[in-house]
Amino acid sequence: MSNKPNEQEEKVVLEKDAASFEENYIDENILADNSSKAKEFVKKFMKRKTAVVAFLIMVFLLVIAIIGPSLAPYDPGAFDYDNILSGPSAKHWFGTDHFGQDIFSRILAGAPQTLGVALSSVIVGAAIGTVLGLLAGYYGGWIEMLVMRGADVLFSFPDILLAIAIVALLGPGIINVFIAVAVFTVPSFARMMRSATLAVKGSLYVEVARSLGCKDGRILFIHIFPGTIQTLIVNFTMRIGSAIMAASSLSFLGFGADVTSPEWGAMLSQSRTYINTAPHMVYFPALIIFITVLAFNLFGDGLRDTLDPKIK
Amino acid sequence: MGRYIARRLLETIPLLLVISIFVFMFIHLLPGDPARQMAGLEAPPEEVQAIREEYNLDKPLLEQYFIYMKDLLTGNMGRSLKVKIPVSELIASRFPFTLQLVFAGLLWGPVLGILIGVISAIKRGTWADMLGMLIAICGLSAPGFVLGLVGIQFFSVKLGWFPTGGLEGIKSLFLPSIVMGTGIMATLARYARSSMLEVLREDYVRTARAKGQKESIVMFRHAFKNSLIQVVTILGLQIGGLLSGSVITENIFSIPGMGRLLTDSISYRDYPAIQGLLMIFALEYVLINLIVDVLYGVINPKIRFD
Repeated sequence: MSNKPNEQEEKVVLEKDAASFEENYIDENILADNSSKAKEFVKKFMKRKTAVVAFLIMVFLLVIAIIGPSLAPYDPGAFDYDNILSGPSAKHWFGTDHFGQDIFSRILAGAPQTLGVALSSVIVGAAIGTVLGLLAGYYGGWIEMLVMRGADVLFSFPDILLAIAIVALLGPGIINVFIAVAVFTVPSFARMMRSATLAVKGSLYVEVARSLGCKDGRILFIHIFPGTIQTLIVNFTMRIGSAIMAASSLSFLGFGADVTSPEWGAMLSQSRTYINTAPHMVYFPALIIFITVLAFNLFGDGLRDTLDPKIK
Repeated sequence: MGRYIARRLLETIPLLLVISIFVFMFIHLLPGDPARQMAGLEAPPEEVQAIREEYNLDKPLLEQYFIYMKDLLTGNMGRSLKVKIPVSELIASRFPFTLQLVFAGLLWGPVLGILIGVISAIKRGTWADMLGMLIAICGLSAPGFVLGLVGIQFFSVKLGWFPTGGLEGIKSLFLPSIVMGTGIMATLARYARSSMLEVLREDYVRTARAKGQKESIVMFRHAFKNSLIQVVTILGLQIGGLLSGSVITENIFSIPGMGRLLTDSISYRDYPAIQGLLMIFALEYVLINLIVDVLYGVINPKIRFD
């Protein structure tokens, strides 16, 4: 009981101290600077017109992936034998396929699958690769050797060959495509994050954190990780384009989504049989894959140029 | 120089060993009994047992690996489950097709890519630069199968200029070479541009200009030559992309190369063939990168003394 007034007094003193500390030591300009950084970024980014357009297309595609299937004018799986392989018309914008299914509806219905697999596999692959890269860069020694040699081995199966090898092991199917593309993403993030970590590790603030007795985990995730985040974001965006390409390539080869499903790569794979009679079956899925990858790549380019003009 | 090459060669050995373990483990990573997987799920037990013995699957893992390595070093990669001939013969018969495709892509992709990149850098900010970079980003965003199918539809079916598939004569090589070379062209255009821009900012370029050197000589001898150093490294990595591009290209154009063999073997669960192909693809890629690294040492004397 007797302590109470004292405690209160102390609290008041402390609050006063903190206030005076803020008044005396924290420069308002620094605080303002932090919030204006985001503004400055947006301003810089808005100047890159192609990147802005790409961003809008990307957002549009993501919205389609979420609500698109419900917008489809026809049931993407409904057969219509009176309208087989008919070209684009007012009724069927992108024409119909060999079962009379509406291609426009199928492209809308396939968006969640195509984009979902690519996005989720890059998220998982990037997360694993990032942690491995951070650990390798920070600790060095045998961890680094293990991670880097592992990456070397995975890199010896260039490009989608690694994804194909993984699907060969696990068997075809959309879940296995997800795993394959995620594994195919890991080594590049591990390598990149290792070098980003090495670059940040030597900086003064990390040394200060260490001399203050911060634990390794804290140094890694609170101090080093934010320093590498720009590299991470840029590469993440760039990687989505290649993940869409890899996943749809696997479906095209017949190792991914069920060939009758509206996945874009699978649709193109089906179109091969009708390439002589129904060119629209080739052109529309091809165009949507191309535009999607292009939008992600252009957005990634814009982000990179805005965030870090050095790595141009 | 000799020491540099020797060091790079030595560094390759552990990598190849780990790759061989990875490829060897392939059939052991399959879900379930590998012998059962190889024989087929409906095969009678005697057949499964026969496979188990033929592929030494009944021996301890370490012993299996030593047998595998001994066979591999003597060129024995087992027998294909599908066509019952040695995998090495099978791959050898398909190899020339893939090689032709890789050359067809290498013939124009890097040259055009570097040309576009250098022109874009020199004409930075002009319409030529924008056009060049537009071509590059489009090339980078078009998956091989999209390019291939659209190419067949337009040039073969509609215009009738080229055959729709197969590999007979120069004409049939045209579309596949476009599919093979586009990615490498696009990537090199971007790298060549940024590396040229970097070099153009160097002091020695300014010095060359200041002493009144002709602009064409500054560009070619001082800037372009030095900018190539970075480009060569990327070229090595991109050739790996060509190897995997052959899988897609061969499937689109029905060309019986190694890539087609790989997808066929996967569909048929011909595991010895898959293993053999993975090993050869990885080996080729590692060797190509070794060659590129040595070349890199030749054109960039700094690297030799690191």
